[in-house]
Amino acid sequence: MTLLDVVIFLPLVAFLIILVLPKENVNAIRMFSLGASTAVFLLSLGLIGPYWFTTQGKFVFERDIPWIDSPAIRYHVAIDGISLWLVILTTLLTPICVLVSWRSIDRRVKEFFAFLLLLEFGLVGVFCALDLFLFFVFWEISLVPMYFLIGVWGHERRIYAAVKFFLYTMAGSALMLVAIIYLYNQSGTFDYVKILAGLQNRSIALAYPEQFLLFLAFFAAFAIKVPLFPLHTWLPDAHVEAPTAGSVMLASVMLKMGTYGLLRFCVPMFPAVARNSAGWISTLAIIGIIYGALVAMVQPNMKKLVAYSSVSHLGFVVLGIFSFTQQGFDGAVYQMLNHGVSTGALFILVGFMYERRHSLEIADYGGVATPAPKLSTAFMITMLASIGLPMLNNFIGEYLVLQGVSIVNFRYAVFAAIGVILSACYMLWLYQRLFFGPATEDLTHHMPDLNLREYAVIVPMIVLMLWMGTFTQSFIPPISASNAVALGPIDARREVHVRTVPFHEPGARQTRELADAR
Amino acid sequence: MYLWLIPILPFLGFLINGLFGRRMSKSMVNLFAIGSVTLSFLWTVKTLVGLSPLETKYIEHYYTWIQSGTLNISVDFAVDRLTAVMLMVVTGVGLLIHIYSIGYMAHEDGYYRFFSYLNLFMFFMLVLVLAENFLVLFVGWEGVGLCSYLLIGYYFLERFATNAGNKAFIVNRIGDFGFSLAIFLIVRQFGSLDFTRVFDTAQPMPTETSVGILTTICLLLLLGATGKSAQIPLYVWLPDAMAGPTPVSALIHAATMVTAGVYMTARSATLFTHAPIAMDTVAVIGLATAFFAATIGLAQTDIKKVFAYSTVSQLGYMFLGAGVGAFSAGIFHLMTHAFFKALLFLGAGSVIHALSGEQDLRNMGGLRKYTPITFLTLMCAGLAISGIPPFAGFFSKDEILAAAYVRAPWMYWVGALTAAMTAFYVFRALFLAFFGEYRGHHHPHESPAVMTGPLVVLALLSAGGGFINVPRWLEPMFPVKPEAGNEWLMYVSIAAGVIGIGLAYAFYIASPGMADRFAASVGGLYRLVYNKYFVDEIYDTTVVKPVVQGSRIFLWRGIDAGFIDGIVNGVGTRSRGVGNILRLLQSGNIRNYAAWVVLGSVLLLLAIGFGGTAR
Repeated sequence: MTLLDVVIFLPLVAFLIILVLPKENVNAIRMFSLGASTAVFLLSLGLIGPYWFTTQGKFVFERDIPWIDSPAIRYHVAIDGISLWLVILTTLLTPICVLVSWRSIDRRVKEFFAFLLLLEFGLVGVFCALDLFLFFVFWEISLVPMYFLIGVWGHERRIYAAVKFFLYTMAGSALMLVAIIYLYNQSGTFDYVKILAGLQNRSIALAYPEQFLLFLAFFAAFAIKVPLFPLHTWLPDAHVEAPTAGSVMLASVMLKMGTYGLLRFCVPMFPAVARNSAGWISTLAIIGIIYGALVAMVQPNMKKLVAYSSVSHLGFVVLGIFSFTQQGFDGAVYQMLNHGVSTGALFILVGFMYERRHSLEIADYGGVATPAPKLSTAFMITMLASIGLPMLNNFIGEYLVLQGVSIVNFRYAVFAAIGVILSACYMLWLYQRLFFGPATEDLTHHMPDLNLREYAVIVPMIVLMLWMGTFTQSFIPPISASNAVALGPIDARREVHVRTVPFHEPGARQTRELADAR
Repeated sequence: MYLWLIPILPFLGFLINGLFGRRMSKSMVNLFAIGSVTLSFLWTVKTLVGLSPLETKYIEHYYTWIQSGTLNISVDFAVDRLTAVMLMVVTGVGLLIHIYSIGYMAHEDGYYRFFSYLNLFMFFMLVLVLAENFLVLFVGWEGVGLCSYLLIGYYFLERFATNAGNKAFIVNRIGDFGFSLAIFLIVRQFGSLDFTRVFDTAQPMPTETSVGILTTICLLLLLGATGKSAQIPLYVWLPDAMAGPTPVSALIHAATMVTAGVYMTARSATLFTHAPIAMDTVAVIGLATAFFAATIGLAQTDIKKVFAYSTVSQLGYMFLGAGVGAFSAGIFHLMTHAFFKALLFLGAGSVIHALSGEQDLRNMGGLRKYTPITFLTLMCAGLAISGIPPFAGFFSKDEILAAAYVRAPWMYWVGALTAAMTAFYVFRALFLAFFGEYRGHHHPHESPAVMTGPLVVLALLSAGGGFINVPRWLEPMFPVKPEAGNEWLMYVSIAAGVIGIGLAYAFYIASPGMADRFAASVGGLYRLVYNKYFVDEIYDTTVVKPVVQGSRIFLWRGIDAGFIDGIVNGVGTRSRGVGNILRLLQSGNIRNYAAWVVLGSVLLLLAIGFGGTAR
């Protein structure tokens, strides 16, 4: 039993325990959920250990045991630098979501927290599974609780949103399942590591059209999840209708299932197809960046605005992946984490405001800064992180992505950078309409400032934004190492001259010549 | 030398006042805000004395900020002679303005908030000038923009103030778009963002006669500079930025932040000198902005607006200097301008303070009797900006114009004409405010010593600052080109200033009705200038409105809700149908999922079958 096993299964155990707790005792359920999810988070921090010493980008905490004999499905899990932080992001946000839902969820409390922990189980599993079938199982497990979180605890049009979310995702996963089974038929295994090795050494020989169709099948599932333009229309509805915790988990973690899938499965398994498809995929990503930002700008609803901004931000991640450069990959993974923190925090803050005023319409606010200066400050910092201000987290991800892209195709970088201008437009305008101006009597009455529980939720997020923006070396080295492994066979750059040059401070640091592009 | 102490001290002031200022007394807020900047100033002086004569660059390495593949970006600070000038200007003038603000902001709400923002600004501005690579410079660059946004929107209950803040941020973002693209290209070309490394690699490269990589980089950097330093076409945010408190206008929107573009251009001089096309563009944009903004300044009635357009115009001079290769003259003018323009704004603030918030020149007049110190110090500033020897502006402006003459005589003549206009509009404002009879309804009074003190210091600097030989000091970095030796150039530019002042005297003191009669005689032109050539309106109709309306009607309602969801329509209606049916079932949710499990299993079986046959 490795630490990773504990981190994966503890949420499932907690889920089962909540099921047997008496549903009348809501406080016990809340306390237990908080305790269990916090314990999972603290345990998951133990996963960081080996990476501080061995940054080789290999899989660690590996566990590979049979689960079902025929067909041969194995419980094969492990993490590398890419999944490490995504797991920790999930385990961090779960207790935060418990706290966020502390008072705002007042009916069917037991079911709510049970589903939240089941969701954590599915999400952690997705980022650790190295058996394609196991991956698919976790993928589907995560779908169920989210469907209920939206459908049961959501707002007015929750059923419509939940079904739309479910149908969209199912359409994609069905295709992915077909592809997984096709691969199984070709290779006789669901094991990702074996399949990848087989594809690389050509012991699993697939014709190019086969590869193309398989790539498309995986790609469809992941692109819907990201979501990539034009497959994004489920996202705004799901976000608007979901309760705060649902929005946070959806935006911060579930969307990353898509980008993680692209990076983990789609690109390494079918590198030739991926390289050949980079043009149209990058184009869709760039359209998503600009389109998401423009549509976000004109939304009258706060949550829809943030949802469309996610379409824009996730476009950067896809663009980074399909640049096939080290900077693009590193930026993409970092941007996944950054978006998880900053957009998660945005949804949390929007949730705080909803709890006070019971409206998501921007027009119902105005002048919040006067009665609630601390909430306004927290929102300001989060907004600045979201629009990519340096020293805050998103800047690093966007910079690395655009830097990587510009090395391969400068024109892409030019268009994508327009999204950075637009992000300032919609966020600043939002902020002005929510917080500035005179406050009405009614609003002042209903807008108390942050309480202690809310501080406990938002302060860690803000600290993370600053930390991830200022000291990136706490996070990037393991990511970089794993990306280097993934990138190895498919690097976009021809290494023209990589030489070591002594720099102006002898001994302090060595800078290597960046290879000439193109 | 602990260079990091220089920016960190104001940052600590920001943290303390930002976190605890609400519960502290004003004198405690003052202690941390002013104390931290004072310490920063003193540490700067100590450092520069210690490093003197600073013939080579002094670099400190702190830690690796970003490492990805072969790209390594560190947090490094460095001091060379150019940085030294900037450090002295920023901490010196910054300290004076902090002190002045104690008096100016005494009766404002959110006192601690003002000073914490101001301290944060000092932090970012110092990071900007100390940076040893483009990305750390960009941190400061964006950070000062943030503080500018926060301080312009300081009176956040007022819509015009928050609108102005947004406009400043967004217009600057357009500039930063260019700057960031330049950064990407620099990495692509040089594999590094360190100044030493980039410039050492660029030095032996051939001068580009057509648009090559260096020219592209420089033009993109210039786009960034036009945003931050309010040049054509991105100058539109600066006049609106006057919505912030007046000390902010003095510090950020006159003396320091807006000169960041000039600093960055001078810092990248090695790149620019290899790209003559970019150099010419810099010069032409600078000259055009100088002239164009000066014409607008002629007709403004708000005292701060006059000085705002004057700032745009004077920044144009600095770019002209840089563009014709006289980088040291540009930096020289940057410094003298920081003295006299900070003084003009602080003096204007003192007037506004005296009149309880009145900014319209038409409601002033005769103030020299009530506010003698403000009057005398502002006259110093007026003479300095008009280029009257021996005041500071004369020396720096003369250097720029002389260099412009060497490049192209027509540039010199446009510059001299602009100098005459400058003298006219500044003295127009001063005559309207201080001479004649008082036309308002308040009870003017001189400002307290905490405000007049900084005015006096700045007046001394405006009077004598020209004798600080900045071009000589910067000679190791920017070799001074041989002088044209045309003595008459100098007399022409002095004459331009004198004529401008004389005309202002004639129009506003000798025969007060003359200005209105003249304005009426060229009515159309006057309205055009008075309304700032309707540039804001043009931008609004051609860019802002189409983008917003297009996004709302075409992208959102059309493509998103109409087209894409329309294609998903079949699925959409069905799912709504499913939803409606499910709503009829009492415990429908679980069954609903069970249905999906069944459907999923069917799909799975189908897939296995399909996979099997495909093999």
